[in-house]
Amino acid sequence: MKTDLPFEAERYELLEKPVYRFALPRREFFKRVGGGLIVVSLIPTAAAQESGGGRRGFRGGRRPQELGAWLHIGEDGLISVFTGKAEVGQNIRTSLTQVVAEELRTPVPSIRLVMADTDLTPFDAGTFGSRTTPDMAAQLRRVGAAAREILLDLAASSLTQKREELVVADGRVSSKDGKASATFAELTKGEKILKPIPASPPITPAESWKIAGTSFRKISGRELVTGKQTYSPDIRRPGMLYGKVLRPAAFRATLESLDSSTVESLPEIKLVRDGSFIGVTAPTDVAAARALALLKPVWKTEPQISDKELFDHLKKGRRAERPAHAAGSMESGLAAADQKLETTYTVAYIAHTPLEPRAALAEWNGDRLTVWTGSQRPFGVRGELAQAFRIPEERIRVIVPDTGSGYGGKHTGEAAVEAARLAKAAGKPVKLVWTRREEFTWAYFRPAGVIEIRSGATRDGKITAWEFHNFNSGGSAIRPLYDIPNQLIEFHSADSPLRQGSYRGLAATANHFARESHMDELAHALKMDPLEFRLRNLQDPRLRAVLQAAAKNFDWANAKSTKERGFGLACGFEKGGYVATCAEVHIDRSTGALRVARVSQAFECGAILNPDQLKNQNEGAIIMGLGGALYEAIHFENGKIANPRLSEYRVPRFSDLPEIQIVLLDRKDLSSSGAGETPIVGIAPAVANAIFAATGRRLRGLPMAPSGKLEGV
Amino acid sequence: METKPLELAVNGSQLRGNADPEQTLLSFLRDELGLTGAKYGCGEGECGACTVLIDGVPTRSCRTKALAAAGKKIRTIEGLETDGKLHPVQQAFLEADAFQCGYCTSGMILAGVALLEKKPNPSRSEIISGMERNICRCGTYPRIVAALERASKILREGVR
Repeated sequence: MKTDLPFEAERYELLEKPVYRFALPRREFFKRVGGGLIVVSLIPTAAAQESGGGRRGFRGGRRPQELGAWLHIGEDGLISVFTGKAEVGQNIRTSLTQVVAEELRTPVPSIRLVMADTDLTPFDAGTFGSRTTPDMAAQLRRVGAAAREILLDLAASSLTQKREELVVADGRVSSKDGKASATFAELTKGEKILKPIPASPPITPAESWKIAGTSFRKISGRELVTGKQTYSPDIRRPGMLYGKVLRPAAFRATLESLDSSTVESLPEIKLVRDGSFIGVTAPTDVAAARALALLKPVWKTEPQISDKELFDHLKKGRRAERPAHAAGSMESGLAAADQKLETTYTVAYIAHTPLEPRAALAEWNGDRLTVWTGSQRPFGVRGELAQAFRIPEERIRVIVPDTGSGYGGKHTGEAAVEAARLAKAAGKPVKLVWTRREEFTWAYFRPAGVIEIRSGATRDGKITAWEFHNFNSGGSAIRPLYDIPNQLIEFHSADSPLRQGSYRGLAATANHFARESHMDELAHALKMDPLEFRLRNLQDPRLRAVLQAAAKNFDWANAKSTKERGFGLACGFEKGGYVATCAEVHIDRSTGALRVARVSQAFECGAILNPDQLKNQNEGAIIMGLGGALYEAIHFENGKIANPRLSEYRVPRFSDLPEIQIVLLDRKDLSSSGAGETPIVGIAPAVANAIFAATGRRLRGLPMAPSGKLEGV
Repeated sequence: METKPLELAVNGSQLRGNADPEQTLLSFLRDELGLTGAKYGCGEGECGACTVLIDGVPTRSCRTKALAAAGKKIRTIEGLETDGKLHPVQQAFLEADAFQCGYCTSGMILAGVALLEKKPNPSRSEIISGMERNICRCGTYPRIVAALERASKILREGVR
């Protein structure tokens, strides 16, 4: 099987077609940032691609382009980089800065990244899908390289030196003999140069990296340890009020009546009613909460299904779609099999639970609106605001401060719209911070799902048939990388009773859990070692490499399970990253208590931009993944979330921490892929397989041990 | 409800503001005193993002009324640095890159400071049980444990 497997379209990523994006006129750039050197990255508009614009032929044969990112070196030598990407903990601010520093041969601290501000940064669809590294880091490498070339041109002229005799290092351009030298500031002084990136700027190959590819510490680290980093809920504006929004008693509930007389008589409290929107503002958050509690609404609710009926419901609501993939014939594949297997797996809805809940501060100045909010999609939030208030996007500025995480859970702008509505009514800036209960109820969830697999294999361990049906949870990583001649792979959408959306790794976790559990089941049915069985069906050299690296680090060859100790492994591919995970579980046979004691994970995503941060992402993904694997599940009944509190929704804590070993394979010969998501997909199946190895019990539903114990062991 | 003037001893200074009797210490610190290092995470004391030290004891400021803190010594993340020099726990977090999004970091550091003040040389399992009530949703626990081991060494041996 080829390794350049096309990415499965992720149906739950919210993607919006951009409207027209006209390039800024030259004078606008300099008006904003002053003189100096500006290098812009122009990329084909997504709209042009989607409408087949290339084929239709534009005048002069040129596709419409939009601004992707830009870099400014001021007359003072200060380097600023403008990108619409957001920092949500994945540490992209650091790695993007590193690639620019690399190309400009200048220290990291001399560069400032301006991110995720709709007035200052170019349009960006959003920070999701592990696209920042492959798209934005690649663009910024080109921007930096192009800027370096222009600085060389400027230096050749101002120092009257041959260009080939010049080198760029430490923020200056110097002659090789060291006799002539100029700082970036001296070169850009009095200039107003604006240039797009040439067709192929001489980017530095990863093999030669000195700044990129190193373990640079998080740029904002000092602000974090001193409490000075300003997240959206930390922002204050003069005269600011605090807002609260009245939430329905259940999903799909409608308001029958509202007694707001008490609240309306309160001084300094403003009640805002606009259609189904009801909110209050007050001078303090406690006064706003108190006022909200005094509202007496009567809600009309309707019966709705509960989590107990969920999986039947998802299966019932199936709507056939064309196969995601089909090859050969399942019939002949099964006929050729000595061993057949048919199993069903389920995954629950889970909540992202970012520690920073949704929050926004909105401020109107005349007909202009500014909103600070934690989001992965600043431009998407701007679009939501424009729709909600029927005003042009040009009058709205959305600023996303570095955010207290998202994990795919902050694609939407609910808090921004609510704060803006309250601020409009109050005539003052309004801050709105969702409570944890609101976050657990009115945000969206990782989709629940049911996955059915039917397979067949020969006695000597070759898989002959593979049929895979995913109901509702999504299509990412739905195809195996194993070499299987006969396949039928389908995604079936369903009517989700809960609002669902993106999540770190999204459906790749469910699909890997099912696939890698089933692989383990096949291996055991054939009495083969699970590692050997995988390798026998796998040619992809990159996936083999991580699998063998993880197994070696874990000492898989000597991992012999007992009743108290189980060993399991899993591997997979998604979003350009290859992962293999080995897990050791300990089971207390008297209490059933389960503990994941040790994990070895190997990961490869091309050339590594920052090894320690990549390790950090792998460790974090494993630990977060343990939550969905063992404990986390959203319970609901009749349109109400039954466990909307952290005390009722167990996320991984210190005591869940296994001993973790991360093996990073650095492929400097390959382009870099994102790594915030894929490292999460291996842990659940590795743990499930380890539990089976110890107990002989196959757990086919996530979460596997909500109480921390294995039932009936 | 009437607000009352409230003076609190925070980080060695007497700071004044107006407190609503129902107001939490967290909201008073953040909204009245502008000390936003302590964060709201869950409002029920489960996550520890709001942790501050009251008379040296790590306390959930989201579950403590502002008025109840009168007369007590409060330490927040903003008060750990002395003369521009980071507290060893802060320094160790920085060196171990013991964060991703950083939203839990203030609470983690204060919980860690209190732990090391009580147990200067904790074992790994004492660190884990001592920090159990603080959540890092990004899962940087191995780094936080490493940072606290490092900080303990710095504090005991004075090594930097």
